Order: sequence, then structure tokens, then C-alpha cells
Amino acid sequence: MTGVLEMRSVSRTYLDGSDEVHALREVDLQVEAGKMVAVMGPSGSGKSTLLTIAGALETPTAGDVIVAGHSLSAMSRDDRSRLRRRSIGYVFQDFNLLPGLTAAENVALPLELDGLSAGKARAAGLRALEELGLADKASRFPDQLSGGERQRVAIARAVVGDHRLLLADEPTGALDTANGEAVMRLILSACKNGVGAVVVTHDAQLASWADRVVFIRDGRIVDHTAPRLGPDSLLAGEAAR
Amino acid sequence: MSIRHALLALLSEGPKYGLQLREEFEARTGEVWPLNVGQVYTTLQRLERDGFVESDDEADSGAQKGFRITAGGAEELAQWLRMPPDLGSPPRDELVIKVLIAVRLPDVDVHEVIQTHRRYLVELMQQWTHLKEEEGDLDMGLALVVDAELFRLDSVVRWLDAADGRLKRAALDPPAAVSAPAGPQIRRRAGVRR
Repeated sequence: MTGVLEMRSVSRTYLDGSDEVHALREVDLQVEAGKMVAVMGPSGSGKSTLLTIAGALETPTAGDVIVAGHSLSAMSRDDRSRLRRRSIGYVFQDFNLLPGLTAAENVALPLELDGLSAGKARAAGLRALEELGLADKASRFPDQLSGGERQRVAIARAVVGDHRLLLADEPTGALDTANGEAVMRLILSACKNGVGAVVVTHDAQLASWADRVVFIRDGRIVDHTAPRLGPDSLLAGEAAR
Repeated sequence: MSIRHALLALLSEGPKYGLQLREEFEARTGEVWPLNVGQVYTTLQRLERDGFVESDDEADSGAQKGFRITAGGAEELAQWLRMPPDLGSPPRDELVIKVLIAVRLPDVDVHEVIQTHRRYLVELMQQWTHLKEEEGDLDMGLALVVDAELFRLDSVVRWLDAADGRLKRAALDPPAAVSAPAGPQIRRRAGVRR
């Protein structure tokens, strides 16, 4: 199985006045193509910093990040930006769709920014929306969509083109249970198509969709779940009383 | 799990044989609760003794004996469905007790104890969620059971998270209340289920 993300001994330190804040401490993390990894921890544990560093939006103080085989520390700023546009998709809690663009335009935007013609980008955008059951919403603006639909558009944007790595920060935060579950199914189906995903969350129900859950505390990965057992172990269980 | 009321519910659809009741009980609960045939017949005998079901007099005992619900049984079922379960007083929860003990032991890292349980619970939740991934194959009974288990386990993880945070804050700024026993009034009100 190919690795789409590898973090090697990554640390990130900030200065808060004269105090050093260790947001991440020697984090090692591997994500293979086709797998979903959840990073679970409370507020302030470093999980969002981990995601922004994995997504090349922020640079580590020490250590290295390798995305789709490319070491970020060895790349120029322009190359990093290109890799970000071509290989990495982001999903945020508040969707981050541009309000002046339609659903299709929002999805096509990363491809256009990467130099694809407007026509081809739009066609790829429509295909991505179609796959997520949103073809009929392509011409709607974000404020004409429900919360669940907006997040599905954001996922279409994150997986459009040749994105290999999907990074999601509390992607179901503002959604009800049914819509949250629909969002997790979409991320899972992106993984089945070969994308590697990292979902950071404080929510155990959300994390339980992942193949592997790692637990982060005070900037350190302190624990992880064992390889997932099949559901048979549950059904053999408890006799009725 | 009340087998007694589950059997009454099945009989409220029409007369059934003992073996049939067992099969339908297991199918409706997503086969999460296996039931042995002895439990079914013992329960049916008690329901008959209490006047909640009637059996065929002419048929001999065994697999071919049919049972049907009485008016009293239907009333009992309707009352049970609406009766709140005993959630009013906290149960003696083994996990809560373990964490309370770990807090007091000087050589034990309570955060490590909490994390061990958190990991175990999340692993269990992964197994339940795995069942949901194939929703097309999941019948309604099982889907409802899976949701109930996930919400139940999730509430335990949330409690562990809250306990972890509370203990961490208390270690930074120890409040006097941490070691003070609960007042008599609070203790009396929170009668613990045994």
C-alpha cells in the first residue's frame, strides 16, 4: 500500500511573548492510500496544527512532511503551493465555500487555479458533484444550499481532480446526525477510490468511521487503536437476559 | 432486556409457536441477542400463569404448541412500553469506580488509566460503525441497536474526556473541593442503584 502522507518527528513551537508553546512534539504519522486515519484529541491538543502542517499550510519547526512521495522541506514555496493545489483537498467545519461562486464554480476553482481551462475544470467539477448526488445543485450559490449540501460541495471540491490526500477538520461539526453520517460516508467512499484521509476531531462517533484512530494530547501522539476487528466479534456477544 | 415483553410484543401480531417466537425475537433484534429455547418456554409458562397469554389446550407441549396474547397481556405490553426505565439514580458503574480509585492511588497515572478505557471504547465503536458502513444490508432493528450502542459508548467517552480535563485543571490549580466529601444532602438525594 502506498503512503500518501508521512510525518517524521514533526515539532512545531510558537512564541507566546517570552514563553515557548509546543503545539506539536515529535509527531510521527503515516497515512496510506485508501485509508482513513482519525486524530482525536481535546481543544488545544495540537490536532488542528497537525492538519495545517500535513496540508503544507504551515511549516514545522523540526521534522519532515512527505506528501505523495514529495518531501515538503526540500521544495520551493511555489512547488509547495502547486503540490497543495494538485494533491491535497481540505474540508473545514464551516465549509469555506466562496459565497459569490456557484457550487460547480466552487468545486472547479482549484483546477482552474492550477491552470486547467475553465471548460475542462467545470466539466470535472460537475462530475465530482454528480458522484456525490448533487448534480441538480450545481448552479446554486452556497446560501441556497442546506448545511449538509454545502459540506457535500466542500467534499466534492476536496476530492476533485487528482487529489491524493484529504484533510478534514471537524467536518461534521455543525451538522445533525443524519447529515454528519452522510458526510462520513462520502469521505469513506473517497478513500475506497484510493484517497488517503486524515480527519481531526474531538468526537468519538466521527472518529469511529476511521480505519485507525490516533490520540493526541499536549502536542504528542500518545496512543492509537489496534487494527479494526470485524463486526462478527460483536454479534457473537451477549445472550439475552 | 425484557424477554417477557418482547414475547408479548411478538404475540400482539397474532398467535405463534414457541420456536417461531425465538426465531422472530432474534431476527428483530438484529441477532445481537441470542436466545435459547429454554428461556422462551420458561417465559411463556410464566406469562400463561399471570394470565397474559393463552396456549392451545388440544396440542401437546413442545414446538407445535401455539400461544396467543390475552387482553390483560395487551394491556401489560402497552403499560411497559410507556414506563420509564430506572434512569433516575446513578448505577454503580464499574468504570466510574475504577477512575475514582485511580485518582486516589499515588503510584497510578489516572490519565493513563482513562486513556486505556478511551481506546478500548473507541475500538468498540469502530466495530459498531463498521456495521453501519454496509447500510443497505442492515435491517431496521439492527440499525436502531447499532445507533443506541454508539450513542451509549459515545456518552462514556465524553465522560472520560470531561474527567480527564477536570483532573488536569485541578492539578494545575488544586481546589479545596476535590478532597471534600459530598455534603449529606447531596449524598442522600443521589441514591445509588445497586
